[in-house]
Order: sequence, then structure tokens, then C-alpha cells
Amino acid sequence: MTTMDAQATVGGRPVDPTAPLLAVDDLHVEFRTADGIVQAVNGVSYTLREGETLAILGESGSGKSVSAHALMGIIDSPPGFITHGTAKFRGVNLFDLPEDERRRIRGSRMAMVFQDALTALNPVFTVGWQISEMFRQHEGMSKSKARERSIGLMERVGIPSARERVDSYPHEFSGGMRQRVMIAMALALDPDILIADEPTTALDVTVQAQIMRLLADLQQETGMGMILITHDLGVIAEVADNVAVMYAGRIVESGTLRDVFTKPAHPYTLGLMHSIPRADQKGERLEPIIGSPPDLLHIPSGCSFHPRCPYARQPECSTRVPDAHVVTGGRTSACHFWQEVQNG
Amino acid sequence: MSEAELVEGAGAFPQDVAEFEAVTGPPRSLWSDAWRELRANRLFVASATFILVFFIMALFPTLFTDADPRHCLLSRSALPPDSIAWFGYDLQGCDYLARTVHGARVSILIGLSVTTFAVLIALALGSAAGFYGGLVDTLVSRATDVMFAIPTLLGGIVILSVLESRGLKEVSLVLIVVGWPTMVRLMRSSVISTREADYIDAARTLGATDWRIITRHILPNSIAPVIVYATITIGVIISAEAALSFLGIGLQRPAISWGLMINTAQTRFHTSPHLLYFPGAFLSVTVFSFILMGDALRDALDPKLK
Repeated sequence: MTTMDAQATVGGRPVDPTAPLLAVDDLHVEFRTADGIVQAVNGVSYTLREGETLAILGESGSGKSVSAHALMGIIDSPPGFITHGTAKFRGVNLFDLPEDERRRIRGSRMAMVFQDALTALNPVFTVGWQISEMFRQHEGMSKSKARERSIGLMERVGIPSARERVDSYPHEFSGGMRQRVMIAMALALDPDILIADEPTTALDVTVQAQIMRLLADLQQETGMGMILITHDLGVIAEVADNVAVMYAGRIVESGTLRDVFTKPAHPYTLGLMHSIPRADQKGERLEPIIGSPPDLLHIPSGCSFHPRCPYARQPECSTRVPDAHVVTGGRTSACHFWQEVQNG
Repeated sequence: MSEAELVEGAGAFPQDVAEFEAVTGPPRSLWSDAWRELRANRLFVASATFILVFFIMALFPTLFTDADPRHCLLSRSALPPDSIAWFGYDLQGCDYLARTVHGARVSILIGLSVTTFAVLIALALGSAAGFYGGLVDTLVSRATDVMFAIPTLLGGIVILSVLESRGLKEVSLVLIVVGWPTMVRLMRSSVISTREADYIDAARTLGATDWRIITRHILPNSIAPVIVYATITIGVIISAEAALSFLGIGLQRPAISWGLMINTAQTRFHTSPHLLYFPGAFLSVTVFSFILMGDALRDALDPKLK
């Protein structure tokens, strides 16, 4: 539990009580490789509030994971560099903090759940040891006390017979149970922000639903803000409040779940909707988006989606990068012809 | 706490519980798995037994022989084995069994100390180079490259031939100097492959310090190949010491060493072959045991070979 005092600061700096929980503004991340500069994130902005779930939706290589890693501060540098932008945690820019302060924030104020808990858990230690490590490292708790806390935490995330399983190794758990362990570790110190990077992709469909429900329940309990990174529209539909759709390192459309899903204002979002089977459109043909995502070494000029876009018109689309047009309050679309897209 | 309570209270699902309960038996760690496999491996049991015998021989030589290896009568010079002196006598007329048994101490001591120091150097330099990369890596890698250019035995000969006194300490030191680079390289590459693991990123997102990441996450997961190689190295170092002593630039008399004994024996091989057979056999079996044990460890510790 963090005390009131600790809540009033981030990385030793006073917070702005009126500022949102997390505000990312114009984030740019690039990787300088031998083949050239890979522009993974090109100006991403979003806001996350307490108790809110923001889903970042995108294909592999859209920059959704890289932007999250940049927030957590775990991008290997070199080759990765945050070249521009801010990420303000209650008004305090995380990128301004010294590494030591950022490390203290990781785990205690912001935590992350990974895609595959089998590879994200250390194979040589018991799960109990790994959860205990959170209390021991951040709060200097004694071994036995940390162990008791870990058992409590394992029960809280729905691991049956936690007391017996606390001394088991990760490979002895099923995929769903491992992900619960990972969630327990991430939530051990009641973080304000949880980033879930494809938390259910490695799981069976039935287990996926359980894990998503667990995350939603825990979020209600703690009031934390959650960033859910996924390519799975079904997962988003279940839990997200807001959605940001990413393509080639940019947010192409954002808004509330309902708005974005019912009336897409960007051709890419529209394409995604048409490319998955839906219960209310039985018997219709699925329309995949033609082509494949761009190579981030050579992002197309203008709107990066224009080579695949059925609405694309020359010369605007291949020369001008579309601004984030405000569709309605809190809703944006980075398309020159968003009105056309919405009106079909 | 009843199971029903847990299921209800914590949001677990029946099929999950069923699947969970199906997992039985005590927790199985990587090391306990490896140990189980090793115990079933006959080669490991045989080599471990031999090594244990040699260790006991090195620690308590009097358990194996009552004779004093330094009590020599020239009248018994080079007498062949008989019922009293099972291994016969050497040129000075010392009990050869006693000398062979006492020779184990030097071999084991040098093998262990040289390998231990080389492993410590590898842990420090190899993990720093592998984990931090960049300049640290460049410095360490180039230093190992330079050392690599010097062949182990030849390097040992050159350094030892300029030293005035050549005791246990000097020989060990020289073998450490020429022996550490391989170990550092191995550790470095093992750390680099471990560093890419998701659990390292996960540990970082959960606020672990570099020191904790290295000691708790990287070392335990990257040490296995070094343990395997170190075991084999003990054998290699023992034979290197014997080789240096045989060439006359390792240990010097009155030290008792298998290498020195073989050195003396070579000129008398035709008349007194027992002088070569016994230390030669002990040396071979020791070295062979360590190499065999390294192989068994590799099979047990490297899941990719299973």
C-alpha cells in the first residue's frame, strides 16, 4: 500500500492534482539499426484516467508495444531512442526523471503484464519467490512476511490452493494460471497504472475470457488505469472504455469503444471491422484489408495507410500527413476524408 | 480453506481447478530435475565415484597408505611391485603407492583452485560484458582475444621458464592467466542469450535493480554451460599441470606430483615400467572422470539436448 505522502509525488516530484493519471503527448520512438532508422512510433498522444481502460489496437509492427515499452522505460538504448514527446504521470514527465527514480516507479506505481507468462517468469525460481521478490525489493519486507503476502495475492487473483502452489515452479502451472501469477506480481504493490501487453494472446479462448474478467474485476477494486495492448477486437469489446487504433506508429483513430466500433471514422478501422466474422452479419463475405502493413524502415509518404486504402485520393493522401481531425468531442480520426468514411 | 470457498471468492473456474489438481507430486525445479537425471546416469555415477575417491585421497592420503612417501632407502631403488609395496619403489627407493596417493593432492588442488578462480573471473567479466554491452563488452572481448592468441601450454611454458621458484602457487597462477579467456567468452555469450529473455524485461518493468537482475535472473539462468565447462576444465588443468611438470618447468622436486613422477619414469620405462604405469593410470582416470562428469552434466542441464 502506498501512503498518502507517496501518492502526492511521482519520482520525488510533486504531482499536479488536476492533471490526468497519464498523458502521453507526441511520442516518437526510433530504432537506429544497421539497415537504417526504424520509425516505430511517430507521434502518439493519448490520455488515461483513473479506473479507465484504454485499448491500443493494432497489428504487429504498428508500434503499440514499443510505445508501452517506452512508457515503462525498458527500451534498450541503443538501438532504441525516444526522440520526442512527453509522458506525464499526474503532471510529472517520466522522461525527465533520472533512471533510479524511474526504476522505483516501475512495479510500484506502474506495472506491466506480458503476453506469454511462461517466458516472462523466471524458470529457476518458485512463483512464490518471484511474487515475494516484489515486496522484498520495494518494501524491504522479511522473507516470511512476503511469503504470506504472496499467498494472499495468489488467492486474490484466483489461484486455487495457493498455499500448496506457492512453492511450485512456473512450468508446473497451466497457461491461465501462469498469467494469473504474472498479474499477481504486477498488482503486488497496487500500481496506479497497469499496462497489459497482449495479456491473453497466448491463451485458449475460454481462459482468455477468465483473464480479462479478472483484470476488469481487479481494476474495479483498485481503481487503477489500464492500458490494454491487443490486436484482438473481441478482447477490446469486452473491457475497454476507450480505444486508440494504431497504424505504422501513429494513432489513426481514437474515441470511446462504442463510437469507434459502431461508426468507424478511419478506413483502417473500418477495414478491421470488416475483416472479422461477426454474429450479426452471418453469411456475409469477409473483406480483408488488401496488402500488408508497411515496412517501418520505409513508411509511405503522406498518410501511411494510403497504398492500402479504398478511399485514397491523389494527390492529398500520398503527400499530406493527415491531422487528427476532431470528429466529435473526444473522438479523432487521422483521415482527410473521414466524413466520407463515416457516411459510407 | 475449502476449495469451494476459493473458487467462489477468487473467480477461478471449475475446469481450471480440475486442470490444476491434476498436477501432482512435489515441485520440480530445474536443478532437482537435473539431479534426478544425473542419478540415473551410470556414467555420471561412475565418474562421480572416482572423483570422490580422488578427493578423499587428496584430503586424507593416510587412509590409503601407511607408508611415508618421503622415507626412502636407496637399497630399494626401482624395485618392482610386491606384496608389501603394491606399487613397488621409485628410483630413490620411496614407497611408490604412497607417492602416487600423495600426488593426488597437488593435482586436485591445482585443478580446483585454477578452475575456481577462472570461474570467478568469468562471472565478473563475462556477466558485465554480456549484460552491459557497449564499451565494457568491447574492452573485455578484446582482452580475451589477446589472451586467446597465447596457446595454454605454450603460454604456461614461456611464463614459467622466466620465474625463479615454481611452486604450487606459481603454477596455479600461470594456469589461471592462460585459462580464463575461454570461460569468460562462454559466460558472456550465455549472459547475452539470457538477457533477451522476457523475464528480464518483466523483472525490469517490476522495478528490479541491475544488480538484482544480474544476480537473481541472469546468473542462475546462464550458469549451466559454465558449470559444465568448468567441470571439464578441472580435468584439463590437471593434465596441463602434469604436462608442465613432466616438461620440467612445472612443480619442482621435492614436490610430489604425477607429472614429476612420469617425468622420472620416462627414462626407465624399459627396465621399470611400473614407474610409468601407476601415476599415468591415476592421472588418466582423474582427467577422464572430470571430462565424463562434464558430459553428464551437460546432458542433464541443457534441455535442448534432451
